[in-house]
Amino acid sequence: MNNKIKKILPQIITVLFVLGIFGFFTFNAQINMDNRGIDFGFGFLTQESSFDVQFSLIEYSGSHSYARAYLVGLLNTLLVSFISIIFCTILGVIFGVARLSSNYLIRNSAAWYVEFFRNIPLLLQIFFWYYAALRALPVPEKAGPWFGVTYMTIKGYYIPSFIWTNLDIFLYSILAVIVSIIIISTYAKKLQENEGKQIPVFFISLGLIFLLPALTFFIGGVSLDFGIPVLKQLSKTSYVFEGGIGLPPELIALVLALSLYTSTFVAECVRAGIQGIGKGQKEAAASVGLTPNQILKLVVMPQALRIIIPPTTNQYLNLTKNSSLAAAIAYPDLVLVFAGTALMQTGKAIEIVSITMLTYLSISLAIAAIMNWYNKKIEIKEK
Amino acid sequence: MNSLNFLKSNKQNFYYFLYLGLFFFSISIIDVAINAFLKINITSFLPGMLSIFLPLILGFIGLNFIRTEYSGIKSLDIINKNINTNNFNAILTLLIIFAIIKATPPSLSWMIFDANISGDTKEACTGTGACWTYVKVWFRRFMYGMYPNDLHWRINLAFILVIALGFFGFFLRDNLKKYLALYYVIIYPIIAFLVIYYLISGGAFGLVWVETGAWGGLSLTFIVSFFCLIFCFPLGMVLALGRRSNLPMIRYISIGYIEFWRGVPLITVLFMSSVMFPMFLPEDFFMDKLVRVIIAITLFEGAYCAEVIRGGLQALPRGQYDAAKSLGMGYWKMHIFVILPQALKLVIPGICNTFLALVKDTPLIFVVGLAELAGMLALAKTNPKWLGFAMEGYIFAAIIFWIICYAMSKYSYNLEAKYKTER
Repeated sequence: MNNKIKKILPQIITVLFVLGIFGFFTFNAQINMDNRGIDFGFGFLTQESSFDVQFSLIEYSGSHSYARAYLVGLLNTLLVSFISIIFCTILGVIFGVARLSSNYLIRNSAAWYVEFFRNIPLLLQIFFWYYAALRALPVPEKAGPWFGVTYMTIKGYYIPSFIWTNLDIFLYSILAVIVSIIIISTYAKKLQENEGKQIPVFFISLGLIFLLPALTFFIGGVSLDFGIPVLKQLSKTSYVFEGGIGLPPELIALVLALSLYTSTFVAECVRAGIQGIGKGQKEAAASVGLTPNQILKLVVMPQALRIIIPPTTNQYLNLTKNSSLAAAIAYPDLVLVFAGTALMQTGKAIEIVSITMLTYLSISLAIAAIMNWYNKKIEIKEK
Repeated sequence: MNSLNFLKSNKQNFYYFLYLGLFFFSISIIDVAINAFLKINITSFLPGMLSIFLPLILGFIGLNFIRTEYSGIKSLDIINKNINTNNFNAILTLLIIFAIIKATPPSLSWMIFDANISGDTKEACTGTGACWTYVKVWFRRFMYGMYPNDLHWRINLAFILVIALGFFGFFLRDNLKKYLALYYVIIYPIIAFLVIYYLISGGAFGLVWVETGAWGGLSLTFIVSFFCLIFCFPLGMVLALGRRSNLPMIRYISIGYIEFWRGVPLITVLFMSSVMFPMFLPEDFFMDKLVRVIIAITLFEGAYCAEVIRGGLQALPRGQYDAAKSLGMGYWKMHIFVILPQALKLVIPGICNTFLALVKDTPLIFVVGLAELAGMLALAKTNPKWLGFAMEGYIFAAIIFWIICYAMSKYSYNLEAKYKTER
């Protein structure tokens, strides 16, 4: 009896405490909103937003709703996160492997790269690229081409746009490639387990990836044109590029800072993963007669990836959350568009801040759930 | 690439190859150095591409010549082993050396030789290099924000006092050492808070009141991160214990709290503190913006702190819990006297890393309008008298933050290494 009370009483007190805090906040919020004449509700989402966004992946103008503005912001956040994740992975793997190099100079350059970019606050790096480095770029009329068709100017990076005809057939062919690669690799695995035969899955897949989409160009009537950016004079002193895709300097600064900053953490994850594989593993594999390629593919990589992937995903998550710093240099991401402009216009502080936080929270929780599932799957099964 | 090894030295002509290799290698270095420092291209008579790649080719041949398994010359063997193990490594080595040589003259001349530091106005900056005059003139603003100039001693004194109080624990006598945790977790935060509040804010003991809007610069970064650290530590401890509790409601509430704050970006938390939080407070209750920001960051970092402390709790062997229980200790007695003193010692490096992340995160308070270092830089950058020196400002701030963060991360590495051997 005494024991039971000891267990239940603290729980009741804690729950009451939490409920009390929530109740107190709701009560105050009610009074405050009554005083200011604001009412609580999400009806504003369907109203006309009447503000413009500089850079948007989907069609958007002031006549669209706040819900669509939210979507624009979310897509911009995902875009910048996606690009930065690709770059930070490439850089991170390169520098992580370089830190283990036998070459003194390479090892130490990589170490200094990691120490340098890791120890400067991300916001300062973003400011540096945006306000200092990218401001030194030439104006459009003086910009020379990079790789012939792209232009790096102070107003952004202009790249050719793709103009597709019959894009759907091309996409179907890619889908077919993915399905057939999955079938082939399952078949190859089965074949190896049952009969010990190996078929070169990698080369077959590589061939399929190039062959099938290429075939659609000849048979399926798919064609691809490039809209090359062309310099156009608006008035006596102002020039713009037209015809291509213009990536705004905010996006470039953000991608540079995020990928350089996060790549240092990815590099540490990669290094830890490769160092985590004992020397004995490689020697054991070599002594049963595996070739160096097989050792890498069958022994080292599966184990190293098990160590590398969970912390790296964590870094991707951090990167996505850090991309909210975009608001500081006016890149129209979720925080700037929704928690900034939309909040200023509607004054719905509680609703908008909650939606923004819940969005990030659900991205985090979704990735965390996938990660837990993956960790369970790749766990070393021990008795 | 291995077929390139046919030109290899053997015992007889070893020195011949060594001198030839060193000769080629030094020629390539000299060529690049002359090109970088004196801007003279001594190989301009060669056709276009060859002139660019000549140092690389020469250096590659040179390194190939001096590469031997074992020469008996100590320094040569060290070089071969570390930067010249195979052709691929040799090329990478050359590229890195060339990059360093190429990058040195422009950065040196920008930062030192062509830079200006004299004078007090923008007109003093006549050189093509950096204008450190700008940093010099704005230095006090970068450090202390808009705090009145003649009162800066109060900030300095407050910091010195707080640091001295922090070291106070080391000099306690042995019979008082058992209260050390109590001192650091409860007494020290309160004293430090009072010191900073009364010295920097003023308003009592004959000190002039300075409103928090005038605080700024690097000192604000320190104030915010220091307060957040000392407040988030007890919060994190409670949450970590809650997460490991076997009472389900307490555990779920702790997990929910930790996962919520770890799932949202700090910037939305700051937005929350500045626009949403005032709505939750009673009508006539005004809370200073700085206080709101500190509360928000504390709640946020508390979750991260909790995870670090939980790691320390989990690292303790089960035997410690069992031993404490078998002595008849209850939950609180067990934790206060047996578990926490050991666990907290384990988590010091982790807490150090949390503090590092905190210091790197504090520039974000610029977003809600508090002018710490990044905010002061933005202010100075747009000052009409000092337009166009963004680069110098950001480099200065980057150097300062880099030194602080690098020192802290090295310190935490050392602690980690130290505790690893002690266990």
